[in-house]
Amino acid sequence: MKHDQKYTGQEFKVVGTRVERPDGVDKVTGRARYGADANAPGQLVGLVLRSPHAHARIVKIDTSKAEKVAGVKAVLTSADLPDLTNGDAGNYATLVNCMARDRVLYDGHAVAAVAAIDKSSAKKALKLIKITYEKLPHVTDVDEALKKGAPLVQPTNKQDGKPSNKSGHFEFGHGDIEAGLLEADIVLERSYKTEQTHQGYIEPHACLATVGPDGSGELWVTTQGHFSFRIMCAALLGMDVAKLKVTSSEIGGGFGGKTHVWIEPVALALARKSNRPVKMVMSREEVFKASGPTCATSMDVKIGAKKDGTITAAFIECRYSDGPFPGIWGMLGGMTAWACYDLKNCKAVGVDVLVNRPKVAAYRAPSAPMMAFGVESTIDQLAKELDIDPVEFRLRNVAKEGTRSSYGPIYGPIGIEPTLEAVRDHPHMRAKLRKNQGRGMASGFWFNIGGQTCSDLNVGVDGTVNLTVGTVDVGGARASLSLIAAEELGIPYDQVKTNIGDTSSLGHNDTTEGSRGTFSSGMATIFAAREAIEVMKSRAAQMWGIPEDAVEWKDGEARAVGAEHGNLPALSLKEIAAEAGATGGPIAGHHEVTADGSGVSFASHICDVEVDPETGKTTVLRYTVVQDAGKAIHPDYVEGQFQGAAAQGIGWALNEEYVYGEDGCLQNAGFLDYRVPVCSDLPFIDTKILEIPNPNHPYGIRGVGECSIVPPLAAIGNAVSNAVGVRLNHVPMSPPRILKALDDEAGA
Amino acid sequence: MRYESPKTTKEAVTLLSKEKGKAFVLAGGTDLLVRLRMDMIDPDLMIDIKRIPAMNEIKKTATGFKIGAAVSGRQLGASKALVKAWPGVVEATNLIGSDQIQGRCTMVGNLCNASPAADSVPAMIAAGAKAVVVGKAKRRIVAVENVVTGPGQTSLAKGEIIEAITLPKRPAKSGDAYLRFIPRTEMDIAVVGVAVSLTCKRGVIDSARVSLGAVAPTPLLVKEAAAAIIGTKLDKEALENLAAACSAACNPIDDKRGTVEYRVRVAGVLAKRAANIAFERAGGKK
Amino acid sequence: MTGVHVSTSINGDPVEYVCPADESLLDVLRDRVGLTGVKEGCGTGDCGACSITLDGTLVCACLVLGAEAEGRKVTTIEGMGDGENLHPLQRRFIDNAALQCGICTPGFLIAAKSLLDDNPDPTVEEIRYALAGNLCRCTGYDKIVRAVQAAAKDLRRQKK
Repeated sequence: MKHDQKYTGQEFKVVGTRVERPDGVDKVTGRARYGADANAPGQLVGLVLRSPHAHARIVKIDTSKAEKVAGVKAVLTSADLPDLTNGDAGNYATLVNCMARDRVLYDGHAVAAVAAIDKSSAKKALKLIKITYEKLPHVTDVDEALKKGAPLVQPTNKQDGKPSNKSGHFEFGHGDIEAGLLEADIVLERSYKTEQTHQGYIEPHACLATVGPDGSGELWVTTQGHFSFRIMCAALLGMDVAKLKVTSSEIGGGFGGKTHVWIEPVALALARKSNRPVKMVMSREEVFKASGPTCATSMDVKIGAKKDGTITAAFIECRYSDGPFPGIWGMLGGMTAWACYDLKNCKAVGVDVLVNRPKVAAYRAPSAPMMAFGVESTIDQLAKELDIDPVEFRLRNVAKEGTRSSYGPIYGPIGIEPTLEAVRDHPHMRAKLRKNQGRGMASGFWFNIGGQTCSDLNVGVDGTVNLTVGTVDVGGARASLSLIAAEELGIPYDQVKTNIGDTSSLGHNDTTEGSRGTFSSGMATIFAAREAIEVMKSRAAQMWGIPEDAVEWKDGEARAVGAEHGNLPALSLKEIAAEAGATGGPIAGHHEVTADGSGVSFASHICDVEVDPETGKTTVLRYTVVQDAGKAIHPDYVEGQFQGAAAQGIGWALNEEYVYGEDGCLQNAGFLDYRVPVCSDLPFIDTKILEIPNPNHPYGIRGVGECSIVPPLAAIGNAVSNAVGVRLNHVPMSPPRILKALDDEAGA
Repeated sequence: MRYESPKTTKEAVTLLSKEKGKAFVLAGGTDLLVRLRMDMIDPDLMIDIKRIPAMNEIKKTATGFKIGAAVSGRQLGASKALVKAWPGVVEATNLIGSDQIQGRCTMVGNLCNASPAADSVPAMIAAGAKAVVVGKAKRRIVAVENVVTGPGQTSLAKGEIIEAITLPKRPAKSGDAYLRFIPRTEMDIAVVGVAVSLTCKRGVIDSARVSLGAVAPTPLLVKEAAAAIIGTKLDKEALENLAAACSAACNPIDDKRGTVEYRVRVAGVLAKRAANIAFERAGGKK
Repeated sequence: MTGVHVSTSINGDPVEYVCPADESLLDVLRDRVGLTGVKEGCGTGDCGACSITLDGTLVCACLVLGAEAEGRKVTTIEGMGDGENLHPLQRRFIDNAALQCGICTPGFLIAAKSLLDDNPDPTVEEIRYALAGNLCRCTGYDKIVRAVQAAAKDLRRQKK
């Protein structure tokens, strides 16, 4: 698929070409090894006993019978995990989430664990652990949790001096909302609700842990951040960071859900207690119940605009259900809400609320999709009231370079206007629509992050290059990083082999999240390569016997320049590498950085749906993603991120939700009733990559992985509205909700 | 748990009757092995019937068809004769799960699992299918609508096994159809299932059977629904009466797959659509 | 519990194992025979990551007992392709970027091969419905469907 290069200044030799990824053959043959694919001699099976209650006090745990089961080598409760967190609230929350202490806080909360020689012995032992619970009142709904008299999830959590389930309040924006509303010719007020969803990665959490009596340990684990996991596990278990070697397996999907530990500290603790390797693999039911879904929300939006479409005031308050521990989800959402627009008066309030549900973890552009649903749905309704084309309406208020963003910074060159123009001009907009079919569009934003990164680039004796990075490859980044190294060094792509190093081979690397993998490791790779080039220039100078400043590097070789030495034949990387032993030793480049300036990303989507008015069932007919990638290093994988993110957004918009009963227990903890899109549910997803280079990156790269999960909720809602004339304010827009909206509309 | 793989129906019945503990019959395993995996059952004995030749056949008989209990959905769909005669029964069975599930699942397993939402059962009921039940002492023929007695419960006595399903010969000018409502396009349990089988005489519906799934504790045979369309050419009024009769017969629950109101409503909608397809297959013209 | 002794054929090789009667073929393949290319995504037949063929029929290994493999032929992803030569489906999945994390890929390849063995010239709709039993959370299925179309073309050309 061709992409737009209008804005790109640089000329690249290999970056931007569609090369074969290095891990491809392993993955299509089944050779690639994921979290559950490692085994160790003498390993034990670890299983977790989980609370059947949404909220209860643990009165007594009796593990005596379980310990006597043949084959059981260790039984674990919170008594085996002393609190070493030293007042760090975040670590303490993780500790409690890994193993309940005095109370269970959600259906599925871990209360005990067993390591045994096989699954059946472990299961037998779990059944024999006797736990006496005293049930406590629970609350699972975000609005219920804020009502007076609601059961308290954390009685020590206070708001305004009083115990509350409200755990955070964040405000962003500028200007004067009240004044702006007075200036408006029309004001729309709407409320919306979105249900809880899960990242839905196909690979459950899995790890293999060993801990020796000397306090050294190894952890093989599926993770988005093996360095972060090392820090967390070491902290919880009182181990020295350097003595815990964490190796990341191939990862079978994460989307944010594998940035956090769930079973890993327990596996290490079991391994330490039994002095045997312990393998733990979560079942699908456990993944839904006891890993980290995203928040459910409820929100209120108020937008005022002039007749000509200028927004004069924009307000949103969104309440996020964090699970039993406070998080910053409200803050993240608040920052993104109005980011696409240039507004004189805007305000976004993000509120965090505690509920008896699992501990929330990041899910691809966390917190942004929900606020965007409220914002983009209301903007669409405003445009309709004012009889202005929805794309045109957005263009009239669009943020540009120099705009003061709703969350503070002034924008550099950004892509929101180009994506809207591209949507306006896209052939999708001219596709014919039939009865009960409708078209919707929506925009979205995500910041992307930089973070701590280091890379090692080593030139081998034959001139082929090893690049070791610390960011887990979640979707093909190894290819992009090899492309970047090859580009810098001026050698063919297939001469570079990129590996993800374990924690003992590199300095700290932050997690692969926030769309930072290619951006940060790419930046570190560029500078590591440039360092290696300096070394090679110096070696060439030695080999020629000329001063270093007479050497330059071009197209994979050292060239002598200047009148005196200019006619020396060039020395290729291969030739220099072959002489490395004689010229000073192994040739390498290295770079540690806190990568900064990751460049914000914007996307605009177009969606056509058909709604069956007798059943409320929605079919997605066409879908187009336009997103600014800054610079697409490997276009195939950039397209893949656009399509995958959009697919998750579509599932979220139409069918995915956590269903809780009155008893506070999760009713659909499996792929049968947690309905992610299947192949026949989706059309081909058209993509258009725009490139408005990020001036803070040598290649202009922006993060690409997350932004396109942000627009689909509203794109679909807007399309449904145009298809059958009803506005859905509750996500997912499942068939019963759509049918009810149609009935209410007909009855009205 | 012990595993046995008998080679004859008699052997299977003997194993089933003799077992003092909990014995389960394994055909495709697409329900049973899920329940085993989720610790919902704790079998002492698993009897695999897939190596019994009589249970693996699809036979055309003088009175119609005999489909062995171990015949998979995939095999059913590959039988041209069955697809021609009973398209509704085949399409209903072929809606169960994915192609992977189709490689294993069976109509009899679907029936005996006795989920209120089973896909193949309403179509079998509408077609007038019968179950050949074999026990230690005797065989008996049971109408499929009398096999399921409640969610997860059947009228089979201890030691009895269903050896086959029989379908009658397809009369001329008749057709059957099955439709279900699911929120996605595949892979969901039916929120509502409707099967209609009808025969026409001189262009008018002469006999009909209408069966509903997922709207009551058991699949329903709705006589009032059939009565609503007999003697008609499926005009608008007949279809409305059909829909109303189906909605009235529903006795569903609210659960994570659908609400009472939604199921009652959609049962009527699907009944109309299924009847139209069956009528068209029967050569009916409006 | 006494184990069941099973003699079977896996990817053309004779294999014997002893397993508990209630152990799934998926667990047997992964933990006893060492074929970890067959993945567990759910254990209940909802995701297709454990797709294999049993006597040529596409099934989920999690919904087959290890005991049932007696005397039958099992094919897994490890049996696809011929030594150094990738099967056209495998080739096209790589070339078309039809995988991101790759965990669902073995299951898709087995299911897609089963489809093309039966139906060498499927429509897009036929491909999508045939693969509805295989969940992918990374790609949105777009490039997977295109890869299957391309491989189908390759295979039809090969036959000529």
